[in-house]
Amino acid sequence: MKISYNWIKEYLDLNVKPVDLAEKIERTSVEVDGVTTPSDGLKKIVVGHVLSMEAHPDSDHLHICQVDVGEDEPLQIVCGAPNVAAGQNVIVALPGSRIADNVKIKKSKMRGVPSAGMICALQEIGFSEDVVPKKYVDGIYVLPADATPGDAVYDYLGMNDSMIDLDVTPNRGDMLSLFGTLHDLAAIYDQPVKLDQPDVKEDGTAIADQLAVHVDDQLSPQYRMRLVKNVKLAPSPMWLQIRLWNAGMRPINNVVDITNYIMMKYGQPLHAFDYDKFAGNDVYVRTAKAGEKLTTLDENDHDLDENDIVIADDKAPIALAGVMGGLSTSIQDGTTTVAIESAVFEHDHIRKAAQRHNLHTDASQRFERGVNQAGVQDALDAAAQMMNELADGEVQTGTVVGSQNIPEPAVIDITLTHVNAILGTELTMDQVSHILESLGFKVVVNGDTLTVTVAVRRNDIHIPADLLEEIARIYGYDQLPATLPTGRMTMGTLTDKQRLMRATRHSLEGLGLNQAISYALTTEAKAQMFMMRASEPTHLAWPMSVDHAVLRMNVVSGLLDDIAYNSARKVKDVALYEQGRVFYREDGTDRPSEEEHIAGAISGTLMPEAWNQAAKPVDFYQMKGIVAAYLKDMAVNGDVTYVPNADMPEMHPGRTADVLVHGHRIGFLGQIHPLVAKQFKIAATYVFELNLQAIIDMPKQKNQYDVISRYPAITRDIAMLVDDDVTNDQVVALIERRGGAFLQSVKLFDVYDGVKVPKGKKSLAYTLTYQDKHETLVDDAVTQAFEKVSKRLEDDLGAQIR
Amino acid sequence: MSLKDKLSELRQRGLADIKKSSDLKDVNQVRVQLLGKKGPITEVLRGMRDLDAEERPKVGAFANEIRDDLTAALTQRKEELEQAVLNAQLAKETIDVTLPGTPVAKGEPHVIQQIVDQIEDLFLGMGYQVLSGPEVEEDKYNFEMMNLPKNHPARDMQDTFYITKEILMRTQTSPMQARTLEKHDFSKGPLKMISPGVVYRRDTDDPTHSHQFHQVEGLVIDKHITMADLKGTLQVLAHELFGDKFDVRLRPSYFPFTEPSVEADITCFNCGGKGCKVCKNTGWIEVLGAGMVHPNVLKMAGVDPDVYGGFAFGVGPDRFAMLKYGVDDIRNFYLNDVRFLTQFTKKG
Repeated sequence: MKISYNWIKEYLDLNVKPVDLAEKIERTSVEVDGVTTPSDGLKKIVVGHVLSMEAHPDSDHLHICQVDVGEDEPLQIVCGAPNVAAGQNVIVALPGSRIADNVKIKKSKMRGVPSAGMICALQEIGFSEDVVPKKYVDGIYVLPADATPGDAVYDYLGMNDSMIDLDVTPNRGDMLSLFGTLHDLAAIYDQPVKLDQPDVKEDGTAIADQLAVHVDDQLSPQYRMRLVKNVKLAPSPMWLQIRLWNAGMRPINNVVDITNYIMMKYGQPLHAFDYDKFAGNDVYVRTAKAGEKLTTLDENDHDLDENDIVIADDKAPIALAGVMGGLSTSIQDGTTTVAIESAVFEHDHIRKAAQRHNLHTDASQRFERGVNQAGVQDALDAAAQMMNELADGEVQTGTVVGSQNIPEPAVIDITLTHVNAILGTELTMDQVSHILESLGFKVVVNGDTLTVTVAVRRNDIHIPADLLEEIARIYGYDQLPATLPTGRMTMGTLTDKQRLMRATRHSLEGLGLNQAISYALTTEAKAQMFMMRASEPTHLAWPMSVDHAVLRMNVVSGLLDDIAYNSARKVKDVALYEQGRVFYREDGTDRPSEEEHIAGAISGTLMPEAWNQAAKPVDFYQMKGIVAAYLKDMAVNGDVTYVPNADMPEMHPGRTADVLVHGHRIGFLGQIHPLVAKQFKIAATYVFELNLQAIIDMPKQKNQYDVISRYPAITRDIAMLVDDDVTNDQVVALIERRGGAFLQSVKLFDVYDGVKVPKGKKSLAYTLTYQDKHETLVDDAVTQAFEKVSKRLEDDLGAQIR
Repeated sequence: MSLKDKLSELRQRGLADIKKSSDLKDVNQVRVQLLGKKGPITEVLRGMRDLDAEERPKVGAFANEIRDDLTAALTQRKEELEQAVLNAQLAKETIDVTLPGTPVAKGEPHVIQQIVDQIEDLFLGMGYQVLSGPEVEEDKYNFEMMNLPKNHPARDMQDTFYITKEILMRTQTSPMQARTLEKHDFSKGPLKMISPGVVYRRDTDDPTHSHQFHQVEGLVIDKHITMADLKGTLQVLAHELFGDKFDVRLRPSYFPFTEPSVEADITCFNCGGKGCKVCKNTGWIEVLGAGMVHPNVLKMAGVDPDVYGGFAFGVGPDRFAMLKYGVDDIRNFYLNDVRFLTQFTKKG
């Protein structure tokens, strides 16, 4: 809501600049989105009087105007507006002036005719199209007849006022009005504020004979109407139009403008009906019936249902209560009798109706937050009074009241001790009661206790904590001391799980992978790739897009998206890991379980080409090395083994392994299937994904000192030919099992299956290291063990030792 | 010529030869020539038989002296030559040290992670626990127990991804307040926790909106926690993340789960508080929401609000990172362009 600085100053004696006032409001009440002064940035824009006008010889729409701008000689200005005419006072941008959007106006020629400046439309000096009176939307604006040529136009148009744009939180509906804001400012600046009381002149004819209202007070706790006859519709006076357009509302006519003006002033939305269009003399506030329809003021049709509150006459709905009036009973040329409605509607209904019909209006915004229920009649009276004063209307005597459930003000007890204990302050009783009284609350002090009667307009205050906020903000948050909690000590430590998750990240970063954070919401297809177990996908009920519609059940597909994003931007070497959750759902349940996963992906090379080294494209074994090093860091108890898996549809059938710890599958590793790579538009990519939760849950080895032997080690190399289908794992397992007590390690140092090896065979070569921790090994003992293991390799695996 | 003169001459000649020798082989040859079994000194010494018994020890001593001198000269020459060889070798081995170092594979933590870790470490040091909660939440914890009953207008502030009517993607990390309060045994001590994690909002992604982002919730509940404690804690947080020069100010705000509710601003880092485009000329930048925990939240979680109370705050690491590093598009955090990920590596 944009509130006028000048309007505020009519009520409060403030010696502050608009920006400082805005700052104060922001520090004490509600956020301020900005302060704008419409004339800011404009230069040399003055009132001009069109002395004469003739058609342009070379144009069918341009006119050549002689315009008095208060100087000795009139200016000749060429103007294309359809509504320009001799005798008008107009807005003139002089040569050298600056109009909206920082556009400079210079002398020029238009189709050969010199033109010294420009006659402006309101839009051209910064008005939003939405607030320009309809009459002037497609042409220049005509200023009042008494404007003085040569004067700057700003004051005529209210452009020197500053508008403070309040961003009102849902609890502070009271701030959506001048009066509500004044109450807060009165407390902030510690000044009394006197708000004007309406004084409506009634004409003596009783309203009761002409109108009856029938109200369901559950839907509308207060419903009041006045009737004003013989109104003369006309444009509002300038001061009123200015109030409206500066606040962002388009002036329409005096009757409609008055309702909007009163809403701004009191915060009470009003609606003006054309009484003569009612079917009958009865008005009903009820829920809509299925099948009923309404065309609203904005000429949109709405299908109504039982959740909508409507105002209806004998025949049909005539307004969507609290949201927008109906077209059929709206104020139009020819309207003479106006029924003014001032009411309170149940906020939930209004909120839902505004959502359902996608009609978020100034009225609905206020009803949703709650209006000042003690001010409903005042607003109605003030509107009637203005219709009398500005539209010569005859206000019928009395108000028709359909319901009048004005809530009792909240009464809250709070102690000074409590105030200081919670705020951490040392306020006195006088300070606290003064703050509350300055907000217009009644305070009775009894010992340490304050009994506070809250003003009805503040429907957000119900409990002592609410009063604490009032005291704290008016006292000033800057004045609060800054301390740290004291009391019993607590330990701040990470859990084992948290420690392992940090260690996981550090380990993988040390291994060269960058941490990625991808979207957990993905497409239905991607959510179901690289599945490590059976699970139902979890869909969002109303996704924003199909790209983010289903919860992921794998982390790898997100990393592939990341690689694709990089690849599309010509970044080909990408090494990423991600620690995040996947979401598994059992059929028949609504809520998925969440499992921590760790995944990695490398495309291109981890070691880029340099002047002294060739690029080494990532391969299976590099990724396996990373996984192995990571699992070694995590020190899971039990052997880690890699078992070929040809059955994952998204993975290369010959280059994929399951990762097993102590025989339990915890994930997989390998190259993604070339077709998947193609689908993501990426190059060959190697990935892994592990169930991190499983790793967290597994027993771990602890660090322990192992004596480093002082005795020399003896190594023996062994090379052998084996069948192609014999795996390294088999050979190593056999050597380790049969290698004897002194075998310390087995290390593969060569694999060869080239031309020198018979078809169907491959050559493997290992270094075996023997060591005795307690004495120098005897060569013989090693030879013996070595021969023994060689024999077993021949016997068990059919190896030919070379 | 006396034997002594012979020896003196021998020394002169020997030293000259040694000096002349130009490589190690030469030195060796000279050594053999001078000091070898067939060398002149040996020969001279053999001539001693003819000397008087009285002269013999004197000449012997003189001969030994000369032998020592020559040996020392040889050793010195040898070392000189060895040094020269080594120097030549080293000169040959000289490389261009300005050539670039061999690249190493090195990964970096995500910038958001760095900020989360920093926040975690700060609060661990102040005795807080770190807790994480489910990303798929119940409406009950995400909203109802946070004092946002169904139909509460403030629910509109947080457009929500629902899965079913009761199950949703959490819109905030605040549900961990309710979950923790329900479980905490206050007889064991106060509750001090932070809860970092991913949250989701039904937003269209653009430079300033992301349907996925991060939050860190903080909660302290005990018998004597004040709003001044909240202010002090937020000040510590701002100083840790941005530096000691940054001030914190509180402004009134509204959250259904706190009362009083505040927004915290910190000094604008772009202008240091003077006012600029970034801070819309206010000198301040809004960084987080906080407040004193609403009695309803405590009550619903089974905690007596007449005995216990405290504060809660929620910070956005994404926003922190954007402000701290001038990141102009929040989507950068989730698209994982390597050139973005590897920008935040300065640890010194």
